[in-house]
Amino acid sequence: MELPPNISGYRIAGATGDFEVVIGMEVHAQVTSKSKLFSGAATEFGAEPNAQVSLVDAAMPGMLPTINRECVRQAVRTGLALGAEINRFSVFDRKNYFYADLPQGYQISQFKHPVVGEGTIVIDLGEGKHKDVGVERIHLEQDAGKSMHDQHPDLTFVDLNRSGVALMEIVSKPHLNSPDEAGAYLTKLRTILRYIGSCDGNMEQGSMRADVNVSVRREGEPLGTRCEIKNVNSIRFVRQAIEVEARRQIDVIEAGGSVDQETRLFDPVKGETRSMRSKEEAHDYRYFPDPDLLPLEFDDGFIDAARDSLPELPDDKRARLVSTLGLSDYNASVLVAEKESADYFEALLAALADRGADTSKLAQKAANWVIGDLFGALNKAGKSITETPVGVDAGAQLLMLIDEGTISGRIAKDVFEIMFETGDSPAKIVEEKGLKQVSDTGEIEAIIDQVIAENPGQLAQYRDGKTKLQGFFVGQVMKATGGKANPAMVNQLLKPKLDG
Amino acid sequence: MSNINEDTVARIARLARLKLEPEQLAPMATELTSILDWVEQLGEVDTDGIEPMASPVDAKLVWRDDAVSDGNIQDKVLKNAPRREYGFFAVPKVIE
Repeated sequence: MELPPNISGYRIAGATGDFEVVIGMEVHAQVTSKSKLFSGAATEFGAEPNAQVSLVDAAMPGMLPTINRECVRQAVRTGLALGAEINRFSVFDRKNYFYADLPQGYQISQFKHPVVGEGTIVIDLGEGKHKDVGVERIHLEQDAGKSMHDQHPDLTFVDLNRSGVALMEIVSKPHLNSPDEAGAYLTKLRTILRYIGSCDGNMEQGSMRADVNVSVRREGEPLGTRCEIKNVNSIRFVRQAIEVEARRQIDVIEAGGSVDQETRLFDPVKGETRSMRSKEEAHDYRYFPDPDLLPLEFDDGFIDAARDSLPELPDDKRARLVSTLGLSDYNASVLVAEKESADYFEALLAALADRGADTSKLAQKAANWVIGDLFGALNKAGKSITETPVGVDAGAQLLMLIDEGTISGRIAKDVFEIMFETGDSPAKIVEEKGLKQVSDTGEIEAIIDQVIAENPGQLAQYRDGKTKLQGFFVGQVMKATGGKANPAMVNQLLKPKLDG
Repeated sequence: MSNINEDTVARIARLARLKLEPEQLAPMATELTSILDWVEQLGEVDTDGIEPMASPVDAKLVWRDDAVSDGNIQDKVLKNAPRREYGFFAVPKVIE
């Protein structure tokens, strides 16, 4: 297999030399839909056990599956967002295995003919570096139920609420070469899915899980034997799992052994992967076309409508923020990383425009404020952007107060803190606390005169050539005005007085 | 000619969770082989250039709209379960 160049530079040092790591990912993403892939039962998270189960999901005899249009549409939209080929003809197959939480005894999946073919995800590696990672395919399939092993000493409890929920399995090519790249891949995929709304990307609730295929080789050697690490449910764990699994394989090889192709489980507590031998035999899935379902077919009109429904994608948005608003690449990347952040920023710009501001001039300042002040405060408070106590309008008012010179940037930080605490409007806070910037030249001059009179020593040093001391005087004036003096004006008025 | 041997029968029986006694393997292998041989007669038909058929009638897959129209029948779903606990199916412990 032809692989793209390994640009990561990531190597693991073994006793006998360096190894490179080759990684491919299979991500299971729960399709956002009200009802299941083949039944009308609800998909909502957190319901009573077995309350969201139809007789189809429980695999009662004689029940027939009926495909959910929305799930097909979301898979097609996802394919389009990854620039992938869309297959107007695909087939549902039965993947046969036995497990307590799989009542049918098979999972309806797509094997030979998936609904989406090859595409690409561009991952961001920091410092403006990007890498194209190939996507092999996306297919639609049913989720299984959930087994709970820790509720009873000798029983497993099975909840079929998830049984039959639609998943997209998004399979990458083995184009990833480091834990960082794998993390960046998952991050980017999650961002795209959340932008287009085909999956909520909630890894804690299991809406996105990754199977990670890892192999190692010495540079220039053919691909090594891979192991599949099942069901890793956070980006941090994916990175850890790759590190420990690659290290394990290197140790096996260097000890003169060979890596067995097998399924493994990552234990984040022990920081190790271990074999799931019991699953091995089940790997003979005996796929065959599901006789209950005819092929999945749609026309170009269906694809076009799906394409028309796509929002601006994160890469396009980032490029636009840089090219038309002059944001730095870093700021633009931070803002587009979460759809909600990008939405907030764009709504903020719109609110500024409504107030007559020149947004091309204010965009960079607004971006700095969102990323620095707002995100900083949200992080500290452990809140997400959707829970922000400072809404778009309040933010725009604050930025306008700075832009109009009503308050200084320094004071704005204090005002923002109070806004964040109380939810009050900035105008009200400025009014009540008397924080208006002093731009009255007479008032400022009087304070400057006073400060100079109080600091004759520093004045003498200044006049002896230590002109750096101008900063000291500016500081004293700002202090005397409680930070309210207009700093540009202070500088302008101060210098002639110091120079005498 | 297909040839299903006893090992294959044992393996697929295990995958299908069917319990076969050792003395049942040989007769089953013979039977399965003859069934496959019989079906293989179809191989004599020239199917070059013929699209695979998904249905004998000219039917298309029926789609449904995304609406919640089923569920909330916990009692019915659990009715045949040999054992239930707190709304769950309770089965012998199956842990890795």
